Amino acid sequence: MSSIEERVKKIVVEQLGVKEDEVTSEASFVDDLGADSLDTVELVMALEEEFECEIPDEEAEKITTVQQAIDYVNRHLDQ
Amino acid sequence: MRLQLDNQVALVTGATRGIGAAIATVLAEAGATVVGTATSESGAQRISDALSSTTGGGRGAVLDVRDAEQIKQLIDNIRDNEGAPSILVNNAGITRDGLAMRMSDEDWDAVIDTNLNAVFRVTRAVLRGMIKARHGRIINIGSVVGLMGNAGQINYSTAKAGLLGMTRSLAREVAPRGITVNAIAPGFIETDMTGELDDQQREALLEQTPMQRLGQPGDIAAAVCFLASPAAGYITGETLNVNGGLLMS
Ligand SMILES: NC(=O)c1ccc[n+]([C@@H]2O[C@H](COP(=O)([O-])OP(=O)(O)OC[C@H]3O[C@@H](n4cnc5c(N)ncnc54)[C@H](OP(=O)(O)O)[C@@H]3O)[C@@H](O)[C@H]2O)c1
Repeated sequence: MSSIEERVKKIVVEQLGVKEDEVTSEASFVDDLGADSLDTVELVMALEEEFECEIPDEEAEKITTVQQAIDYVNRHLDQ
Repeated sequence: MRLQLDNQVALVTGATRGIGAAIATVLAEAGATVVGTATSESGAQRISDALSSTTGGGRGAVLDVRDAEQIKQLIDNIRDNEGAPSILVNNAGITRDGLAMRMSDEDWDAVIDTNLNAVFRVTRAVLRGMIKARHGRIINIGSVVGLMGNAGQINYSTAKAGLLGMTRSLAREVAPRGITVNAIAPGFIETDMTGELDDQQREALLEQTPMQRLGQPGDIAAAVCFLASPAAGYITGETLNVNGGLLMS
């Protein structure tokens, strides 16, 4: 079983079509990885599916970097 | 050129009769697996019967488009059985005619809810699957009345005009994901909906229609099949008039 960090990064690579080494923890989806607004919505959808959770819009808006996505999942997964 | 829809899953709302029934059959004959909706169990059964002998096959399902929970359940159910819809035809619609000064809130709301709000909700529910698949065809059945206006149909023409705006905005949003969104604006088509016209109204309509006949449900279904097909892949945000020349723009 891979770690949450690995799973999140894998989704980012797949969704945004970027290289693995670009997906650093600090990377911002829009500024560093070239995501547009539809990409970020899709990314959240993919996270929801991978971790079987629903991310409310207010929370989704705050997920703008890879680390924020990892933190969100860590905070909510075991609840 | 043949319009082939093999391996496509189509959802057609309001497929019991009239235009929707023709659309469901034509899409299924082109090879799509079709789920057509009805407001009653008996209507759903009739759709299943009609689709059973077609190339692509399919079934009827009960759906009141005004019910958000039913929409969600049906889309989940289709995804689990046939696969996520790649073609959506928003066809279900009603009329509650009356002059503006005398129109009740109930008649206004019923038409806006069924013909406009519900279209948004059904569309939103299928978008996720289409975005993931990077492919989709959304076809909204509008009306010539949404472009021309019509005395006695302020609610209906408002909903149909709104539908055209919705079509264009969504077309812009989802075009980068390989999804096209178009509308068809039928003229007057021979169905239960126009069965209420009296002879005088019919005459007047035919006089304004260069083709000198009312349309048939199949005329609309053929246009839907084209827009759903790979042949129409570069057409999006468009409103296709199918009206025998009643309105040209
Ligand atoms: N006929 C025309 O001249 C004409 C012209 C321009 C545009 N249009 C548009 O074309 C579409 C089809 O029209 P039509 O003439 O074929 O109409 P129709 O013969 O009256 O059939 C209407 C269809 O919509 C379904 N429906 C009604 N309310 C519904 C609801 N709340 N939830 C789900 N389904 C519902 C009906 O299902 P049930 O059978 O179960 O009630 C039926 O299948 C409509 O959007 C209409 O506005 C028609």
